[in-house]
Parts: sequence; C-alpha cells; structure tokens
Amino acid sequence: MEFAELIKTPRVDGVVLHRPFMPTVEGTLCLTGHHLILSSRQDNTEELWLLHANIDSIEKRFVGSLGTIIVKCKDLRVIQLDIPGMEECLNIASSIEALSTLDSVSLMYPFFYRPLFEVIEDGWQLFVPEEAFKDLESMTDEWRLSEVNKDFSVCPSYPSLLTVPKDIDDESLCKAASFRHGGRFPVLSYYHKKNGMVMMRAAQPLTGTNGRRCKEDEKLINATLCAGKRGYIIDTRTIAVAQQAKARGGGFEQEANYPQWRRIHKAIERSNVLQESLIKLVESCNDQSHSMDRWLSKLEASNWQSNVKEILTTACLAAQCIDREGASVLVHGTEGTDSTLQVTSLAQIILDPSCRTIRGFEALIEREWLQAGHPFQQRCAQSAYSNGKPRSEAPVFLLFLDCVWQILRQFPCSFQFNENFLIMLFEHTYASQFSTFLGNSVAERVKLLLSQKTVSLWSWVNRPQELERFLNPLYEPNNLVIWPSVAPQSLQLWEGVFLRWNRSTKCLDEAYQEMVHIIEYNKELQNKVNSLRRQLAQLETEDSPLQTP
Amino acid sequence: MEHIITPKVEYVKLLNRYPEKKSVLGTLYLTATHLIYVEQTNNTRKETWVLHHHIMSVEKLPLTAHGCPLLIRCKTFQLLHLLFQRERDCQDVYQSLLRLFQPEEELYAFLYNPQQNEEDRRQGWEFINVANDFSRMGLSNDYWEISHLNKDYEICSTYPSVLGLPKNVSVATVTGSAKFRSRGRLPVLSYFHKDTKAAICRCSQPLSGLTSRCVEDEQMLQAISQANPNCPYIYVVDTRPKLNAMANRAAGKGYENEDNYSNIRFQFQGIENIHVMRNSLQKLLEVCSMKSPSMSDYLTGLENSGWLRHIKSVMDAGMFLAKAVCEERASVLVHCSDGWDRTAQVCSLSCILLDPYYRTIKGLMVLIEKEWISFGHKFSHRCGHLDTDPKEVSPVFTQFLECVWQLSEQFPCVFEFNERYLIEIHNQVYACQYGNFIGNCQKERLEIRLHEKTFSLWPHLLKNQHLYRNPLYRRSLECTVLRPSTLPLHFKFWCGMYNYYDRGMHPKQSVLDQLLSLTQKQVEGERTMTELQRVRGVVGVVDFVRVERYLTDMTLSPSHPFTSTIHCAFTKGQTQSLTHGLDW
Repeated sequence: MEFAELIKTPRVDGVVLHRPFMPTVEGTLCLTGHHLILSSRQDNTEELWLLHANIDSIEKRFVGSLGTIIVKCKDLRVIQLDIPGMEECLNIASSIEALSTLDSVSLMYPFFYRPLFEVIEDGWQLFVPEEAFKDLESMTDEWRLSEVNKDFSVCPSYPSLLTVPKDIDDESLCKAASFRHGGRFPVLSYYHKKNGMVMMRAAQPLTGTNGRRCKEDEKLINATLCAGKRGYIIDTRTIAVAQQAKARGGGFEQEANYPQWRRIHKAIERSNVLQESLIKLVESCNDQSHSMDRWLSKLEASNWQSNVKEILTTACLAAQCIDREGASVLVHGTEGTDSTLQVTSLAQIILDPSCRTIRGFEALIEREWLQAGHPFQQRCAQSAYSNGKPRSEAPVFLLFLDCVWQILRQFPCSFQFNENFLIMLFEHTYASQFSTFLGNSVAERVKLLLSQKTVSLWSWVNRPQELERFLNPLYEPNNLVIWPSVAPQSLQLWEGVFLRWNRSTKCLDEAYQEMVHIIEYNKELQNKVNSLRRQLAQLETEDSPLQTP
Repeated sequence: MEHIITPKVEYVKLLNRYPEKKSVLGTLYLTATHLIYVEQTNNTRKETWVLHHHIMSVEKLPLTAHGCPLLIRCKTFQLLHLLFQRERDCQDVYQSLLRLFQPEEELYAFLYNPQQNEEDRRQGWEFINVANDFSRMGLSNDYWEISHLNKDYEICSTYPSVLGLPKNVSVATVTGSAKFRSRGRLPVLSYFHKDTKAAICRCSQPLSGLTSRCVEDEQMLQAISQANPNCPYIYVVDTRPKLNAMANRAAGKGYENEDNYSNIRFQFQGIENIHVMRNSLQKLLEVCSMKSPSMSDYLTGLENSGWLRHIKSVMDAGMFLAKAVCEERASVLVHCSDGWDRTAQVCSLSCILLDPYYRTIKGLMVLIEKEWISFGHKFSHRCGHLDTDPKEVSPVFTQFLECVWQLSEQFPCVFEFNERYLIEIHNQVYACQYGNFIGNCQKERLEIRLHEKTFSLWPHLLKNQHLYRNPLYRRSLECTVLRPSTLPLHFKFWCGMYNYYDRGMHPKQSVLDQLLSLTQKQVEGERTMTELQRVRGVVGVVDFVRVERYLTDMTLSPSHPFTSTIHCAFTKGQTQSLTHGLDW
C-alpha cells in the first residue's frame, strides 16, 4: 500500500494552529506518510511535527467555509487547526484518520525512520538475559537459565531464555506451563541479595472448578523456599475475582496443595477498568468549567489515584515480605502480563538501588515489561481520547510510571533520572520513531526483525547529549530500601503528565533551572577551592626549605 | 503551678497513627508551659514538646484493655494519643491540662523572656513600623495623605491610630462616613499602587438597611475615586455571598446601593463567613486524622469539607482586586461585614499578588502587622487565646497563610521564604509566646501595655531567617504581578500544614533541605575561596621573593629584614587551616 493513496490533500496554506499557552501560528499544513507538519513561513521555530501514530482521535467542526479540526493526541495534548475551505478540511481529516489508524505494524514509522545520529551503543544488545544471569550467578548457584522456550512454543509471551530453579528440569517446566494461564509458569523475577529471598512471577494456575493440581508446579515453586520457611503468594485480584476465574478454567493456589505458602489477595483493577479510569481522569483534567467540588468529585470518580494507591500498596507488600519478613514471594494475577508486572517492577525499585539508575531502570523495563511479555502494542493502541469501544487498550504501563513518579517525589535524591525521563517513556510507549515498544512479546519482535530493521529507543536515549536532560541533579546514590508512603495525602496527581498541557510551565521551569544552577555553581566552587588548595599545598612544600633556613 | 496535680507520669505510651514499630513506654512531664513526652530507648532519646497554649482540646477516651487513653488535639493540627497504665494518672493529667491550656488570666507571653533587655524589647517592637510602609508606597503624595484623626481611637476604636485617607477629605466627611459604617470602620487606604495610582481601600459594611443613605459616606467614596487620576470609577467589592449581604440589610446593615454612589461598580465575591470556615476546617481535620483511609474516603472527605473551595474563593477575590488595580488601573474598596476577616484576607492577598515587597521575609511581617494586627483582626477571639466564645473562633488567618502557600506552589521562585516560615508564623500565632497576636485591636493592646510586658515575634524570626529562606528565590523576577491560575485543579491539599506531625506522610528526602545546605555551603565556599586567593597572593609574593633570593643568593643573607617580614606573613599554620579547614 502506498501512503500517497491515503493522503488526499498533501498541503494546505493559511492554516491556523492553536495550542494552549502558546501563541497561535499561521502556516502551511503538510501531510506525509507518518507526520502532520505545520510550518509558519516567517519563523522556522514555530513548527509542529506530529506523528500520526500520536493522534488518538479527531473532531471536525465547520463555521461557514472555515473548518476546524481538533486533534487529540495520545500524549494527552489537544491542538486545534483552523483550515480554510471545507473540502480541504474534510480531506485532511479523513487522511489523518486513515493514517493514524494503520493496522499493519510494518507500516509504522520505526520501519521508515533513519537515525540522524550515529548509533554508538546499540540498544538491542544492551540488556540480554545472559548478562543478567551472569550477575545472578555471582550471587547464587541455585538457579539456571533454561532454553525450554527457545522457539516460544512452551509460552508464546515469554522470552526464549528463562531463569528457573536449578533442580527443576525442562520437562517439569513444560508440565508446570500447561498448568498456568498462557503457559506462564513461575520464573524468577528478582533475587534479593541482602537475604537471598526471591520474587517470582507467573500467571494464574488453571485449577478450574474441580480443583486441578499440578505436582510439577508445586515442586517448582517449593524449590525456591528454604527448609522450614514459608513463602507468600500475592494474587493481585480480590478473592471474589479469583473465585470467579475458576469458572473460566483459571483459579488460585489451594492451601491444601501449597501448604508452605500463604496467599494474600489484593485489589488491582483489570486493564479494561484502568482504561475507563484514564479516560475519566483526562476528561476531568481538561474540563476547565468545574467548580472545586465538581473537580474533586470527578477526580475521585475517575479512581485513578485509587489505582495508583492500590498498585503501590501491593508493591510495598511484596517488598515487605521479601525484605522484612525474609520470605520468598510469588506474584500473579490472571494473565500475569499486567498487574503482576506492575507489582514486581515496583517492588524492585523499592528494594534494589540499581533500578533507580538510568541504566538499571532501562534494564528493569526491558526485563520486567518487554521480555516479560507485557502486550505494549495492544495496551497502547489508544490513549485517553479513544472514542471507539476499547478492545485491549489500558494504561498499565502509565500507571507503573505514575507510581515510580510518586516514589521519586518522596525520594527526590535517590533516583538518577528525573521526571522528564518518565514522561519521555510514556510518550514513546504510545508513539515513537523507535520500535522498542512495538509488538506484544519477544516472539513478535523477533518475527518483525526489529533489531535488524529499526532503531532501539535506548540507542538514542543513552547518548550523552540526550541523557543530559533526563539526569536528576539531586541524585546521590542511596543503597537503602526506600519505603514510600501510600497514605492518600502522600500521593499526588501527576501534574507533569495530566496537567502538562493545561498549565503554563514557565515558573516551574525557572525553578528547575534555578535548582540546577545552584547545584552546578556549588560543584564549580568546590572544584575551584580544591584546586586552590592543591596549589597552596604545593607552594607550601616547595617553600619548606625556607621555613628552616 | 498549682494547676499541676502530677508533674511526672511514667510508663506512658504515645500511640503512632502509622505504627512503624512497637510503641515503647515513655515518661510524661507537665511543666508550667509545656507537656513533654520523653521516650528513652537504648541510646536514643526522643522528646515531644507541646506548648499548653497549642492545645485545643483534651479528651478522655473509654478505657481499653491496653490502658487509659487520652486524646490531645492541638491548634497546630498535632494529635497526641497517649495511653496511661493507671486511670488515676490519666485523670490527674487530664485535670491538670484542662486548667493549663485554658488560662483564665495570664498568657504565656507575659511570662516569657527571650533573654532580652528593655532596650532590645523596645527595638523589637519598633522593628516593623506600619507608617514606614506608607512612605514606601509613596505617601503622602498628591492623592493620599497620612492622617492622625484616629489618634485616640475615637473615630474607630478597632482601627489603627494612623490612617491613610484621600487628600483633603474633610473631617466632617470622615466622621460622617464612620457613623454610617458598621463599628465605625470607615473606608481607608490599605494599599497604594504607585505604578497605576490605583488604591485598595477597606471598610466595613454600610448601615444602609433597605433605604438609608449617607451623604458623607458617598462623599468619601467620591474622594477615593477622585484620588485615582487614571480611572473614572471604583470597584466596591463585597466579599460576602450576596444572600448573606441581603440578610444583613434587614438588620439595618447591608451593601452599597449603586444608585446612591456616583461611578461605583459593585461586586459580590462569595466568601463564606467565619462559622462556615470553622466547620469546614473541622471537617478537613477529620479527614486528616482518619485511620488509613482509602483514596476515595480521602478525596470525598476533602470535597465534603469544602476547604479548598473556600481557599479558592479567597484567592479568586484577591485576584479580582489585583486585576482591577493592575489591568484596569481602578481603585477598589473592599468590605465584608465588620471588615476584619474576609476583608483582611482579600486585601493582604492582593498586596502579595501586586507587590513583590510583601513576598520577602520582612515584607510578609509588615503585611501581617498592617492588614491583620493593626486593622483589628481579632486574633484573641479567632484563635481562642483565652477562654472565649467558641463561636468566635475561626481559621481566617490560617486560610490567608494557605493562600500564600498555594501561590508559592505555582510560583516557586518569587517568595523569599519557604513553607516553614508560614508554618512557624502559624505556630507562633497560637503559641502566645510573643505579644504580637494577643488582643483584638491596637487600642486594646495599648490598654494592656503589651509592648511593655511582652516581646515581639519578628526579631526572633529574623534571627532564624536562614531556616526560612527559599533557595530558589530570584530577586530579578520580583517586579512582576502574580497571575496565578485559579482553576480548581491547581489547588492542592497542604499536607505540610495539616498533616505536619505525620512525618511518615511527607517526602522522605527534602529538596528544600538539600538546597538550603547547598546554599550554606556556597557561602562558606565563597568565603574560603576569597581567603585562599588572598593567601595565594601573599604566597605569590613569597614565591617571588624566593626567586629573587635565589638570584641574589650571594649578596642577601637569609636574615635580611625584608625577607623575614614577608616570611612571617606566610606562616605555616595559616595555610594549613585553610587547606584542611573545610570538609568538602
């Protein structure tokens, strides 16, 4: 298919662009296969480059022959284009609609994008399971790397290499896989160096209504327990939801069959509920006609903050079991690809200081989200302005980022990255020139030949010139476990994402710059003082003969 | 001291709302001024001090299996949950506290001496002088003058002795207008905006009833209007909801009839009265002290308290004034009922929006002295200092401080002070340790000879100003008028104030502390730098001399007076202290 077929009018003059808190710009609108571009003729700085993939939905309005298109983006921005001429407007609108909803992955921009920078460090090679396993091997010899899933046949959503208990053979793994939803048998998620406890993740066991059991599954998870010790199973669903799952062949671990494990149920919402929550939240953030009461009641009704609180609470619980109780943990929900990953990844941020560095955080996303099979492409197909019936879209990863932001806000000196890094990740999960978040699993990415045909987000982000704006100037490595407060008073609405386009950031940017300035100036001063001291010390020693004539 | 039945109780538990570890047993002490709880574990000693004046209520809860609980609520939003082993002890402490926290006669300030002599005391009270602020605004000038008509508080007993009035307004107009205003609180100058020549004036409601009018009052407003050469009309802002103002008309009070005054534009603002605010805070505090609430409980509670709605209404009114002054160049006359609560909030807030001076540490002191203390905000009643009518108590001043905090969240670089300054002022208002917030008006303070018997707070705050500095403050940004967003979603719950004592809820690392310590380091670093450079200068000379000496080695002996003088200046000790002195 040619993009040209979809572009009915490639170019319109005299288009006026309205953006909140920015002056209006008049210029020429161009449509290309992947971008909507508006450039003013006077000044090249006033340009808009918008990926079609970033467009969530559009609305058309007409007053006389002047058409208006309201473009609502997945990064939550809303812009308005006034287009003279009804026909042009209709053409542009239908072209945008077609181009922003392309079905085929291989037509996505990452397959056409050629980097204008030299790839020094290939992001595709940065985080390979073998490397992570080497780290693990240096701490313990209880685990092995299994190739049982090398052709993705045991579990299509798992990567080809998996870390499993040493004493469990591949055959047992296959049997355990057949007992878990989607073949997602329990695998290692995190090893807590401090006390040797582990966190594992899986999908729900397929006990069904007649209470099926699987000896291999039991053996597999028991193998992670020390003699005489109990472990915790954190089921991210409520007991009622877990009960209902039995009717559909799913279920949860029965005490009788897992006597060494204590099961705890939490109440993280399922993905379709989360999508609803996001839509409501963004709707209330954008409605400026609210009274205070209405705003607070809409915020409450959106349930977004409740979701943040529940996810963080569950992550704290998992971390507590490991660090404070000295027990191993197994986390799962239904499929094990959404709430499970929120919990396991956040628990690691709480427990493991290396996850709070930029590289460590990237590795965490790679490990616990991309390779763990979070279906990014399905979840991020639409954002808060989708008006169609939601299929499998859900802001699961955005909620994770929100939770990370909450921890960052409470521990502003413990992260190597700043808020902008999290916002950047949010943007790239929904629309990007890089392909890191394309596809729903490792298997799909391998099939798409992403590493050969496209550029990884990490190849770009990790360049020093890009990294600079994501560095937290307050960062001081902190080796402690960081326990965030989950009291409602401690959790705030993430303004950087949800009010980003509804406020002027001038004053906040100034404050950030000032902070950077204070820190930089101090470093400089410190260097100067030190070098003066050295000079003096040198002079002093040279002078010693003079002291004792 | 006779109130203290038992000065010391052992084996008392202080219950934590978020129990992190098992609470340990501690000892409770009652002194004449404080309740002190001491927790001693192995090598740490934790002390909790509560000023009796900060206590709002003491409540004995039903006996439990663990002991006898006592709940102490403070005006600083601290909540102490004590558990006694013996009911007898609990009862004794309860009885003692009841008498200690509601003194009938002497307030703490009359006993407190911050180790200052009479001269310090006098200077302390003179440190903030409201008259100076008039000159800072440019008074007297062609439009406004400073008047001493109220020097004996005869025109208005709750006003200050020095007033700003339109130039050449007649005594008859002033007295006539005062008679037509509730409690004689006639229209006077609050703030003169030099750039636009527009003024903010304040008063109380007119005694207009349904039909009354007063020529002098009309003349007074006319004079205020004429004092502004840039705008033909003035705004008259009634900060009350229209319904309340109308109800007042039936009682012979009310609001200005636009027909009787030439060129006024009348406006209601809808800020609720002190009773609504008191109940709102009560509800807010219930939300704050809920035991592990869900997000939904919290947000619903926050909404139902109406607190942020009220904060927004004050902010909206302040914004209205600031906009009128800086955009329309129009003068504004503000009143509510008596003109000492809502009027004080709105006038002082608009001053902060308009004038960067009030955003400094000293400027805020001046503003509080001017708009609140001298204009008769009834601190004694509103804060319940002595055993007063509980219906008079209201968090009007707290709301003002919160508005300033909300502004500082939107404009992090324009205030010289940080959040702790606001919280400290709030604590001090209720502490009654200094005399500033005692009494209801200037006349009353004079009568109880406050300035002779108590000390002023401001020098104390200034002495500790390093704690209250905002490291992000940029003086260069100060010339701007603040235009905050008053969309509901830009108002936040002030956890730092209302949950101040729930440290577990606060960020575990403080950017403010980090930056404050950096700016401290910066000062030290710069000092070291200058010192080092100076020494290097000297060493440089020595160095030069040394080279010289080598050159003239043959002719100049080491004991030559010239070399030894320089040599002395560069003693080993001096450099050593500088090279190893500061630990970077």
